[in-house]
Amino acid sequence: MSAELLSFTDRGIYCAEGGFYIDPWRPVDRALITHGHSDHARWGHGHYLSTKQALPVMRHRLGDIFAEGIAYGEPRQIGGVQVSFHPAGHVPGSAQIRVERGGEVWVVSGDYKVEDDGLSEAFVPVPCHTFITECTFGLPLFRWQPQAVIAQQLAAWWVANAAEGRSTILAAYGLGKAQRLMTLLPDAGPILTHGAVEETTRILRDQGYNLPPTIRVTAGVDAKSHPGALIIAPPSALGTPWARRFGPSAEAFASGWMALRGIRRRRGLDTGFVISDHADWPGLNTAIRATGAERVFVTHGYTTPFRRWLEEQGYDAGIVQTEFGGDEADTDTEAEPDSAAESEAVVESKLL
Amino acid sequence: MKRFAALFNALDATTKTGEKTAALTQYFRTAPEADRVWTIALLSGRRPKRAVNATELRTWAAEAAGVPLWLFEESYNVAGDLAETIARLLPLPTHETDPSLDATIRALIALTGRHEAERRAFVSASWAALGPDERFLFNKLLTGGFRMGVSRGLMTRALAQATGVEEAVMAHRLMGDWDPARTRFADLTQEGGSEGAARPYPFALASPLEAAPESLGPATDWLAEWKWDGIRGQIIARSGAFAIWSRGEDLITDRFPEFAPLQDHLPPGTVLDGEIVAWGGTAPLPFADLQKRIGRKTVPKKLLAEAPGHFLAYDLLESDGIDLRDTPLAQRRVRLEALLAALPPGLPLSPSPVALGDWTALTSLRAGARDRMAEGLMLKRLSSPYHTGRKRGDWWKWKLDPFTVDAVMLYAQAGHGRRANLFTDFTFAVRDGNDLVPFTKAYSGLTDAEFAEITRWVGKHTLERFGPVRRVVPELVFEIGFEGIQASPRHKSGIALRFPRMLRWRQDKAVDEIDTLDGLRDLLRQVSGAADVPADEGRTGALPPDPQDI
Repeated sequence: MSAELLSFTDRGIYCAEGGFYIDPWRPVDRALITHGHSDHARWGHGHYLSTKQALPVMRHRLGDIFAEGIAYGEPRQIGGVQVSFHPAGHVPGSAQIRVERGGEVWVVSGDYKVEDDGLSEAFVPVPCHTFITECTFGLPLFRWQPQAVIAQQLAAWWVANAAEGRSTILAAYGLGKAQRLMTLLPDAGPILTHGAVEETTRILRDQGYNLPPTIRVTAGVDAKSHPGALIIAPPSALGTPWARRFGPSAEAFASGWMALRGIRRRRGLDTGFVISDHADWPGLNTAIRATGAERVFVTHGYTTPFRRWLEEQGYDAGIVQTEFGGDEADTDTEAEPDSAAESEAVVESKLL
Repeated sequence: MKRFAALFNALDATTKTGEKTAALTQYFRTAPEADRVWTIALLSGRRPKRAVNATELRTWAAEAAGVPLWLFEESYNVAGDLAETIARLLPLPTHETDPSLDATIRALIALTGRHEAERRAFVSASWAALGPDERFLFNKLLTGGFRMGVSRGLMTRALAQATGVEEAVMAHRLMGDWDPARTRFADLTQEGGSEGAARPYPFALASPLEAAPESLGPATDWLAEWKWDGIRGQIIARSGAFAIWSRGEDLITDRFPEFAPLQDHLPPGTVLDGEIVAWGGTAPLPFADLQKRIGRKTVPKKLLAEAPGHFLAYDLLESDGIDLRDTPLAQRRVRLEALLAALPPGLPLSPSPVALGDWTALTSLRAGARDRMAEGLMLKRLSSPYHTGRKRGDWWKWKLDPFTVDAVMLYAQAGHGRRANLFTDFTFAVRDGNDLVPFTKAYSGLTDAEFAEITRWVGKHTLERFGPVRRVVPELVFEIGFEGIQASPRHKSGIALRFPRMLRWRQDKAVDEIDTLDGLRDLLRQVSGAADVPADEGRTGALPPDPQDI
């Protein structure tokens, strides 16, 4: 066994002295989970530990699991190490996980973004010696505009669609992005939600997150009953019979990948809004610098060029192979491959 | 540039033809006239010459963006578009100006041939002063690869709507090699840009025949001719002008000096539509021989003797200076044959042979197309006019089914533009004993969903990376279709394919079931054997010859 505090196994990131894994992708006894997206919070572990805020959605998605919630910043001794969870700003309840042994500190970022979206617990840099960072958007091509700018574009688009008698269908991931968008937008009409979106929205609202009222799309909820509505649905619902009930409509996808024209065109979409729950290039660089780490491991994303870049900046950098979503070329997921859940949801709603 | 960028964004923001046409029509009514002319030029493939080469552009952009060149290249491999990569990497503009499209393009043209420092200064200053959208379009003008998701037909329709000129007339006026720097909008749309004497007609185009030929009704309504694999062209012989145009509207008169004598023999006021082929004396040579001629401005004597050009005429569009395009094909064909029969022998010009017959006879005729160096048959309705562009219904291309081979994927590379970030460009191998020998690349034929699935697969099965290229586990089998095969000493496999593409992803097949190099060599022997058989020269014979006669 390696003397390193954390090691990289074919089940996931492993802490031998604590006897736990972080976001493992194969069943293990004890799993520490950074957030509720399905590529990080998988089914089949013996015991789950996550933030209290992340737990309700995980329970909803994973069913009857043996799980425990922990407060942000609360230290917890596990075996020979001390762990704590710190805000990652990715989605509500998401965390970076800090692991300390005798003064040596490692931080596993999970997924994160630096900009405060006003809904998720805002990212906090955690000083450490070794930082394991995601790099979904680890190329200088990706630079986000402030979300207030995107919010204005979105609002203008919605209002213009409504003025032309069209429904507005916005595709977004069901946990995090969908709720972020509904809090960003001004009250310009009713917000309708696809079943997959409504479920997580309801759970988060019940937890106390401040979300606007939404109406679940069921039989009879359509363009006639709610003219000028904004409909938030998972990406897989675009172009399906489900979406057609809203009559003449404009469709757009809200994702960091919409920054690339080729991807936007391939999806055959009229419009794409560039808004992501992952850090952009400046964000990644800022976050890494803020940790003060000398050693950085990069994972899921543009790992090869990003490691080389970090080495040229003077870091001791390595790559961790993981099985999280968001492989650099797999651009349909934005590292949030909820596609299985989404397609089930679409099937479900078609039956309504 | 802001106005042009607004047009571009409007076109880019919709996938609906009606909305694109409306946006263009509005632009052609309201934009500054000089900008309109450049827009027409850009949308019809008349791009200004590149003032800056791609290497210079990459270097300058990487430095301006403050990233190392290798990181610029990695970014480019992901974005799949140089203009976009540069636009996204540069720091935000320091101040914004709004030069017109006309001024911008003229400035770029003026840069050609200038010293590097001068060109760089202009490009850097433009980058610093243009907004993100304009900067992207400025880069597009620089790199020369200008596509706006607008077909030429759509542009012509919008221009017709904006000016009240009939669409077909407008299409004709835009033909030829007019210079946008010296053409006024009013002249172009009212009289035509290029000098009338050399101006070609818009080419009529065919649609692929997917259904059985019987679906076209009685065979007696149709004329069949060989579909040659050459360069579609028009010969213009008018008083004071002799010109040969390719379908891409390149003026290729000087590239085929063997056609020069025709201007002494064709009656003034003659326009022919046909196919330029490399001629073996009695039949066309393989396209590869003609390919040696393409792109050469001056032709060495040896090549002229090895691959002499020949014009196989399909149609007569103008005779005695009169536009015949509305005359039924049957009559045009009779006049074509009469006109060519009156020419002295020995000219590199003959009517492309035609056939009439019932569908059974034509079907068996088509089956022998490869032996005649043709790709299949064209079916043209005898009563039809010569249409402008592709009008479905009167012209059909009825090609032979392609050759096929099952091969395994060895390398994968991400595509560009719309296919950026998706592995779409593959290299394939067949088996040679215990080895896998790469023999062709292919890019097309699969659905986006299949490409996405393969992209995920490539991510998990990469063995080695060479820049943007991945060597993958040789495991995925594809059926490759192609139109022709020939010997090629330049390729390791010793063969080269014509028009290779993926017909199917054979998920039912394993790598030990793929075809062998020996199998391809056998095919090569059969195919070249066929070409060696002397075929009868395309006979001019009066219409209608019987099918066997063709």
